[in-house]
Amino acid sequence: MTFRVVHYINQFYAGMGGEDTAHVAPSSREGVVGPGLQLQNLLEGEGEVVGTIICGDSYYGENMEKAQAECIEMIKAFEPDILIAGPGFNAGRYGVACGDICAAAGEQLGIPTVTALFAENPGVEMYQKKTFIVETTDSARGMRKALPNMVTLSLKLLKNEKLGPAKEEGYLSRGIRKGFFHEQTGAERAMDMLLKKIRGEEFETELEMPVFKKIKPAAPVKDLSKATIAICTSGGIVPFGNPDHIRVSSAEKYGKYNISELTDLTPENYESIHGGYDRVYANDNPDVVLPLDVMREMEKEGVFGKLHEFVYCTTGTGTAVANAESFGQSIGKDLKEAGVDAVILTAT
Amino acid sequence: MVREIENTAGIPVVQIATIVPIMMTVGANRIVPGVAIPHPVGDPEAGYEGDQKKRRELLNRAFKAMTTQVDEQTIFSE
Repeated sequence: MTFRVVHYINQFYAGMGGEDTAHVAPSSREGVVGPGLQLQNLLEGEGEVVGTIICGDSYYGENMEKAQAECIEMIKAFEPDILIAGPGFNAGRYGVACGDICAAAGEQLGIPTVTALFAENPGVEMYQKKTFIVETTDSARGMRKALPNMVTLSLKLLKNEKLGPAKEEGYLSRGIRKGFFHEQTGAERAMDMLLKKIRGEEFETELEMPVFKKIKPAAPVKDLSKATIAICTSGGIVPFGNPDHIRVSSAEKYGKYNISELTDLTPENYESIHGGYDRVYANDNPDVVLPLDVMREMEKEGVFGKLHEFVYCTTGTGTAVANAESFGQSIGKDLKEAGVDAVILTAT
Repeated sequence: MVREIENTAGIPVVQIATIVPIMMTVGANRIVPGVAIPHPVGDPEAGYEGDQKKRRELLNRAFKAMTTQVDEQTIFSE
């Protein structure tokens, strides 16, 4: 039999446009669109891409419940045996949409689902237990390698073939442990691991500890009327001309800019260089991302003590988690030394 | 970034953005849901006054968030 495959992609891979069309509502088309053609070829007749669901990344991100429900209806109409989404690589909104629609299709339609993302995509942590996520590179350069892996895994799932450990199958762990008989007892294996650890050799744990990157909330500001507040953004707002050459995506640095003389951000003094959203609004009025104008008014009204004289800005699209963390540490140190009491950080 | 600023400086950091689950994942402790991805703290389609009003409303919510004691990740939607 030929398996019926439905493919989910965003507006970009459907050839509808980039950020300018990121708000398009879901639509459904018969057959293959964009990367679906290659999926179809790789299925080599064992499966057929019967339909493609297309949704704008911002539409999905901003209306998750609604978008999910609309897409599920469209997927259901094709009576698929499997849903394949993406690959979404390191695109944040697209990755979350791929993970979300896969998780929902698995739960509501009872079909296997496969997507493919870069390990640091926020969609991974959110959905890796609810779908199969094939590991990819961070950009579409990895398309040629991602698609065959997605197809191999999909066919295995469709044929109910036994899966080996996630690492061997090429997908990101779903946090599931399968029991089996090992020729060595647990005590022996533990001792081997310990000796390897002591010798400084590599060893593989049998039970990975989850990494919870959560911190205890800081104490609240006691007296707002005396507080110094800083504003900060990963929305790519920078002085016009981008003097520090901050990258439009995958930023490797942040900028620190003196705003003590400014009361309003305008297209003449500031701009957005962010490569991950439609910049029309932000370039028309950068305050919609970095709210300097109203902060100044409220400072004058005495709502809070003082607006910190510097803003801190970078782009948060495709930025490595390790870089974002180091920006945070460096900004945090700077703010502490300056005696700032609280921060408002906007993100896009 | 939000988590590490708070961790390093030991001061409350309020994040305003649109996709709440991502803010939860990155570990933001005080979360204010924004208007839309390309304009988290404004509503340019509501005209000049509507935009200003929306920005003020969200900033007031951020002030409320930073002056509120929280013990875990908290969403301030009003």
